[in-house]
Amino acid sequence: MDLLNMTLASALDGMSAGEFSSEELTRAHIAAVEAAGELNCFITTDFDRALARAKDSDARRARGEALGLLEGAPIGVKDLFCTDGLRTTAGSKILGDFTPPYESSVTANMNAQGMVALGKLNLDEFAMGSSNETSAFGPVINPYRGPGGEKLVPGGSSGGSASAVAAGLCLGATATDTGGSIRQPAAFTGTVGIKPTYGRCSRWGTVAFASSLDQAGPIAKTVEDSAILLQAMAGHDAKDSTSLDLPVPDWRAEVGRGVKGMRIGIPKEYTLPDMPAEIEALWEQGVEWMRDAGAEIVEVSLPHTKYALPVYYIVAPAEASSNLARYDGMRYGLRVEGENLADTYERTRAEGFGAEVRRRVMIGTYVLSAGYYDAYYLRAQKVRTLIAEDFRKAWEQCDVLLTPSTPSAAFAVGRKVTDPVQMYLNDVFTVPANLAGLPGISVPAGVDKDGLPLGLQVIGKALDESSVFRAGAAVEAAAGGVAKPKQWWV
Amino acid sequence: MSDDAANLNDDTVSLADMRKIARLSRIRVEEAEVAHIAGEINGILGWIEQLQEVDVEGVEPMTSAVAIDAPLRADAVTDGGVRDKVLVNAPKEEDGFFVVPRSVE
Repeated sequence: MDLLNMTLASALDGMSAGEFSSEELTRAHIAAVEAAGELNCFITTDFDRALARAKDSDARRARGEALGLLEGAPIGVKDLFCTDGLRTTAGSKILGDFTPPYESSVTANMNAQGMVALGKLNLDEFAMGSSNETSAFGPVINPYRGPGGEKLVPGGSSGGSASAVAAGLCLGATATDTGGSIRQPAAFTGTVGIKPTYGRCSRWGTVAFASSLDQAGPIAKTVEDSAILLQAMAGHDAKDSTSLDLPVPDWRAEVGRGVKGMRIGIPKEYTLPDMPAEIEALWEQGVEWMRDAGAEIVEVSLPHTKYALPVYYIVAPAEASSNLARYDGMRYGLRVEGENLADTYERTRAEGFGAEVRRRVMIGTYVLSAGYYDAYYLRAQKVRTLIAEDFRKAWEQCDVLLTPSTPSAAFAVGRKVTDPVQMYLNDVFTVPANLAGLPGISVPAGVDKDGLPLGLQVIGKALDESSVFRAGAAVEAAAGGVAKPKQWWV
Repeated sequence: MSDDAANLNDDTVSLADMRKIARLSRIRVEEAEVAHIAGEINGILGWIEQLQEVDVEGVEPMTSAVAIDAPLRADAVTDGGVRDKVLVNAPKEEDGFFVVPRSVE
């Protein structure tokens, strides 16, 4: 029986029905991971513990004990979540062989729900990047290849998560999204990725990049799978004071409820001057699908949209410069001995951080420094309020927004980018939802002329993941699926 | 240095500024790289300049996405006493202490 290529939902059903065990399912996925070295999705595998967990799960099931939402399912964990007793790198050299003696709240939740974690997935260093090319452990390769067989990026920062799910190496993966790092790689790999409302998932034990923007969420094969995963991940945590003290809805039940009577907003400022025709066409197709499904289409305006990226590239580096100050070589990770304390700090951080991380920390330091704080950081936070206000006003006219997920399909690995700003433009459609703290999902909606996946994004009101799942599922149903990549890796 | 927005159009990061930023960030930047990194940062800052055109008169800085009060709890010890766990990843450790370069002369 083909234990790969099934959805999380059908795998859970299959185990319930006794068609196969978690151990069999886990062994099949372990073999798939071992065969996929060329994709470089995993930094650290944890197969012995995964099999032990799988066997435990089967035993619990046999004893008739209560089972969890992810019971027995092989899942990948982005290497930004601290895992007890398992090396955690954040895709960086600077953490060295850091092995957390504690578990992140999100993965603890998932373990309690019976997840079988296969290992730690590759990512852009400290979640800073849109192509998974800044990882200290090498780039991740997209299972979709270019028309001439070129190797493509999976997107970032959750590139390992997206590539692993798209290649069928796991039934789902955890990821994080600060400026688009779940939604953009999901779009590039034909998978589903959702970033929930800020505060839905606890950030405790998740390596911090930008604390007012970071949110954990799943990457999955289907919208239903993403709802199952998010339910298992989310929930209030007293250890994270920004975590929302609200019950987690039954999102899985919302998925199939359709969009009849829903008002879908189309923000006119998301039409970019040089927008590729295929993206524009896909967006229009999405609008038609929503109409056909009984939704009402409303044109709305989000006037401050064009300022979202520059605001992000002040706020995120500023918060990162503060969060990454702890990597000083004193208490964990890499230490490069210098002539004195300051020199030790400076050499440790110069050697331990990659170029993109160094750049962002230094920009952050600059915009927070005396004399510049008001003109940069404070001003950016004010423009951020205006961006959030734009969304609030839009909600008077619509229930969710429909936009493209990315301005292009996946591009070639190692594409020469001399200007850092070029890479930042990949996040143009995703960043506003992070700034406003709103939930957003990317759903595979079609392919470009080279057969590469393209996604459509649904953004919803704060706390309204339900409408986001419903509209996302409607896009998924109308799109009828995007062809899986043919296995070329051995 | 003034916080006045009008001054910013003339302020790009000089090589001296760049060395200062590197020092504040506690990241060693080799002299040969200073100009290159300053160039990259100036490029990014030039792109960010467009925020100066927004009218932010009377606008409060963004505090949170969902309005919640900071949660409070009783001032009681609920964790800790795990010294060995805290030290388990120490680059240099002795007798239950982190060993670090001398910082006081």
